[in-house]
Amino acid sequence: MEAATRNPATLDSVILTIDGRQVSVPAGTDILTAAKSAGIDIPHLCYDPRVEAIGACRMCSVKVEGARGLVAACGQSVAPGMQVITEDEELARRRKHVLELFLSEHCATCSGCDKSGACRLQDYAYRYQADPHRFGVYRPRYDGDNYTTLNKGILYDADKCIRCGLCVKYCETVQMAEALTFTWRADRMVVSTPGDDDLNDTSCELCGGCIRVCPTSAMLDKRAFHAGRNSDLQRVRTTCSYCGVGCQMDLMVDRQRNRIVRVTAEPGSPINDGNLCVKGHFGFEFVSSPERLTQPLIRRNGALEPATWDEALALIGSRMQEIRKQHGPDGLAFISSARCTNEENYLVQKIARAVVGTHNVDNCATSCHAPTVAGLAESFGSGAMTNSTTEIRDCKVLFLIGANPTEAHPIFGLEMKRALRRGAKLIVCDPRETWMAKHADIHIQHRSGSDNMLLNAMMRHIIDEGLADRNFIESRCEDYEAFAENLKGYTVEAAAECCGVDAELIRAAARMYAEGEPSAIYYTLGITEHACGTDNVKNVANLAMLCGQIGKWASGVNPLRGQNNVQGACDMGAMPAKLPGYQRWSDAEVRARFEAVWDAPMPQTEGLKIPMMIAAAGAELRALYVMGQDIVATEPNQAEVIERLKSLDFLVCQEIFLTETAKLAHVVLPSTTFAEKDGTFTCSERRVQLVRKAVEPPGEAKADWEILCLVAEALGKPMPYRDPAEIYDELASLSPMFAGISHRRIAEHGGLQWPCPSDDHAGTRFLHEGRFTRGKGRFHAIRHQPPREEPTPEFPLILSTGRTLYNYNCGSMSRKSAVISQKESANFVEIHRDTAARYGIADDEKIVVRTARGRVTARAAVGERVRPDTIWMPFHFAEESANVLTNDVFDPVTATAEYKCCAAEIEKLPAAGTERLGSKSHAAHATR
Amino acid sequence: MALSDALRAEFEELCTHYPERRAGLIPALHRCQDENGGWLTPEILEDLADFFGLAPVDVYGVASFYPMFRLRPVGEHVISVCHNISCALRGAEALLEHICERTGARPGLDGTSPDGRFTVLRVECQGACANAPMVEVHGEYHEDLDPAKVDRLLAELQSGAPARGAR
Ligand code: SF4
Ligand code: SF4
Ligand code: SF4
Ligand code: FES
Ligand code: FES
Repeated sequence: MEAATRNPATLDSVILTIDGRQVSVPAGTDILTAAKSAGIDIPHLCYDPRVEAIGACRMCSVKVEGARGLVAACGQSVAPGMQVITEDEELARRRKHVLELFLSEHCATCSGCDKSGACRLQDYAYRYQADPHRFGVYRPRYDGDNYTTLNKGILYDADKCIRCGLCVKYCETVQMAEALTFTWRADRMVVSTPGDDDLNDTSCELCGGCIRVCPTSAMLDKRAFHAGRNSDLQRVRTTCSYCGVGCQMDLMVDRQRNRIVRVTAEPGSPINDGNLCVKGHFGFEFVSSPERLTQPLIRRNGALEPATWDEALALIGSRMQEIRKQHGPDGLAFISSARCTNEENYLVQKIARAVVGTHNVDNCATSCHAPTVAGLAESFGSGAMTNSTTEIRDCKVLFLIGANPTEAHPIFGLEMKRALRRGAKLIVCDPRETWMAKHADIHIQHRSGSDNMLLNAMMRHIIDEGLADRNFIESRCEDYEAFAENLKGYTVEAAAECCGVDAELIRAAARMYAEGEPSAIYYTLGITEHACGTDNVKNVANLAMLCGQIGKWASGVNPLRGQNNVQGACDMGAMPAKLPGYQRWSDAEVRARFEAVWDAPMPQTEGLKIPMMIAAAGAELRALYVMGQDIVATEPNQAEVIERLKSLDFLVCQEIFLTETAKLAHVVLPSTTFAEKDGTFTCSERRVQLVRKAVEPPGEAKADWEILCLVAEALGKPMPYRDPAEIYDELASLSPMFAGISHRRIAEHGGLQWPCPSDDHAGTRFLHEGRFTRGKGRFHAIRHQPPREEPTPEFPLILSTGRTLYNYNCGSMSRKSAVISQKESANFVEIHRDTAARYGIADDEKIVVRTARGRVTARAAVGERVRPDTIWMPFHFAEESANVLTNDVFDPVTATAEYKCCAAEIEKLPAAGTERLGSKSHAAHATR
Repeated sequence: MALSDALRAEFEELCTHYPERRAGLIPALHRCQDENGGWLTPEILEDLADFFGLAPVDVYGVASFYPMFRLRPVGEHVISVCHNISCALRGAEALLEHICERTGARPGLDGTSPDGRFTVLRVECQGACANAPMVEVHGEYHEDLDPAKVDRLLAELQSGAPARGAR
């Protein structure tokens, strides 16, 4: 399914014989993996492909001709001509014996055990008919409290632990959280935390990896405890609905109770290789939340009241048609959702354009990565990650700017950790001391908003030192002269001054990046969420072109996308300027193609982006239809947004919860989560993957695509699609870049990466090889512009916002998880130790944060993660929203707001200034 | 901070004797335990992790693995009673019982007497089998023991006199 993970050209192969069969594998492969590739499954308990061989269980012992004694297959590399026997009478006897020893220390009560049916110990004990009583009967010994007793997600049962070491090794080397160890020794040996501390007080990141690698039921999902044995549950492979990494996960479903019991993932899955983060593993409770909307609501006499679907649809049909008649098609607008499927995004923009007749359609990419789409399109010709996730491990110099992958995109973070273990160098440019910054070879802690100063100085240094790739610039790029001319104004010293960092660091970073073989750039919202976001993106592209670090295996420019399907929402044309597949509606040929299939004329006036929609609400814009997006919680300057929305004639929300936005609506339609419908998501690496229905929606809720078909009908233009696959076929037929993609082919290939122009195309791993999408790569001369709002005596600090590992976006999904809430349940603001001392603020104290726009209270997390001149807040908490504070100034090209920096002040709470909040974990988090 | 500057300086020097910095951990644990009245606090372990550039889990794994490191408060005198084969054959269990009765301490998770004077531990073979049964106190071996000899030893410890071993 998944091809080699390394560039196939660099692999040498070795031929050996296993059980009489000739096997050819890459050099360095271990015997166990080699056998597996030939379909021979060597028994193993302490082996996992992601973890360095442990060699503790000895179940995998095999015979190797010429070797003394038996050989542990998991730890021995293949050699040319090797002769291996994996199974015979003697090996079977040995394995039976090993198992009997394990069982003498294992409380084998399979009849009451969750793992039954998916337990390797049980399987092997059966296969080799091991006698559990041969060395005496094991009686439970551990009934006291341990470090997981209070944890809501993880349960450790030492009586079921066979001390294989996989959880400890996984936590230490794959997740690199180093929360677990073996403690004590001999028959008292158990897995524990430092000092046996409560798991949530350690460096544990709740990734659930220890649960997923455990061969027995010693590490368990506590919330799934006794909620169904493995054999009672149905496995549904789907795509995670949180961030843009696009992890493949398996929902374990109890059909009878219509519940997702737990989530797991298998090694070897595309993109995530069986790894998940806390949100993927534990964050699914929102699906069965009692707060889900279960029936349509209509506003009557000022209050939202339950209604039937017929009533709701009739009202939508009549009101929207009236408004259209009165104010023209551009009096209506649609906001689509990066959380919904491609098919649904396609339908929203189709309704806007072909039914209503307006280009007023947008999605939340405006509030994050629109500068990426705009900037990279101008530089390279297409605005997406140029490389694939699996290439990260082969990168030699990772250049991160404004990206915090271990928290915002944890599985990208994990792949970067893998690259680091393989010797990659790391440069991190970030105002905060993130995990990656702490482990970096070079950390440039520049002032928020000084990115272009930094990048320009680096590039000037690269040119001055003769490190630029002349060949690449001449043969593949254009507009170099003006760009180089502009750099003359930027010296390393001036940049050091402006960014507040050491000049030597800038020089060293420039050299390291330029010389990497290869280097790759990764960035996220730290680059885009500025008033100069598009400029920032173009400058990042400049850097890559200048050094020829693009268009190669593991080398390029990689925007890490925020929401699960923000890539797809853009791909589907849920934005005013572009049709599906980034085609221009102004292009006559394109227009003709769409008009023929849609059977409607293409509107001819420019559409509005989200901030313009909000600005026009109640004026030119009279009606707004919002699918799966809580704009009140996510757009800057909240009070203003609420006012504008209230002034609309008609607001429809299609939602899973009664969000802050939905509370203002005239009609609310109950829709479904990713677990209740079929469709596709497109993740950051341009891979289109399947979303599969696992459970029935609650009450009368309907899949978003079904709702949209009904709405189209109510608006007088029925869209009788049978299923999402049929919708996909239509959009593929209209967009050359998706022409070779269909639900059937996605299932066959485990996802397809666009561009995929034809039925026999296997998808595109990395972009711009040999030629940029737009032909030549284009340099842009970028000037540094200071942030719109600089610190003043009244607001002397810089406030920056971002996300944490545990929560997601406005928190409406992630915060429903008890496991996540236990770890992080309230807003906080990170303050440098020295700054806090200056204000007399103690760690954990509740304080006030003010900007020119508003004030919120939050708990102070005092530490050294931020610069002394900066404070930082997450944006996940609607009740104390950071977006009350953020600046509603926008990037002129894409209308993305400057979430990343504004001027702010902090102060102690006036009266009850000493009030403390309970949870200790943020403090731990901020200072570690 | 649980690590004094003097200890830090000492450990810096210690590290120069090993090819890898982390190799100094075990001797450092011993020194800290001696300085801290016979046991290691969580703060000491955390500081040592920091000092050696190790994860706190690693230090805890090592400290809990070796029986000579104690992670709970101990009494003034720690009596390690060997219960391994030679000592067992020569009456170690009865001797242990006798010691427990006299001191009021009993081996277990918290093997310290209520008055805080004694901690009694069961330990494996100390390599003094020829002179079993034996106990070890303050680094000294007391061998060929019987109840009377134990009583004398305890009296000496009680009186604060330096209890000299048999060797
Ligand atoms: S962990 Fe496996 S072997 Fe142990 S009781 Fe459960 S199913 Fe049986
Ligand atoms: S959940 Fe992840 S980080 Fe936490 S102990 Fe398990 S493997 Fe380690
Ligand atoms: S908890 Fe599971 S993975 Fe960890 S050592 Fe025990 S059996 Fe192995
Ligand atoms: S799988 Fe090889 S020793 Fe455990
Ligand atoms: S058995 Fe007690 S010292 Fe060896």
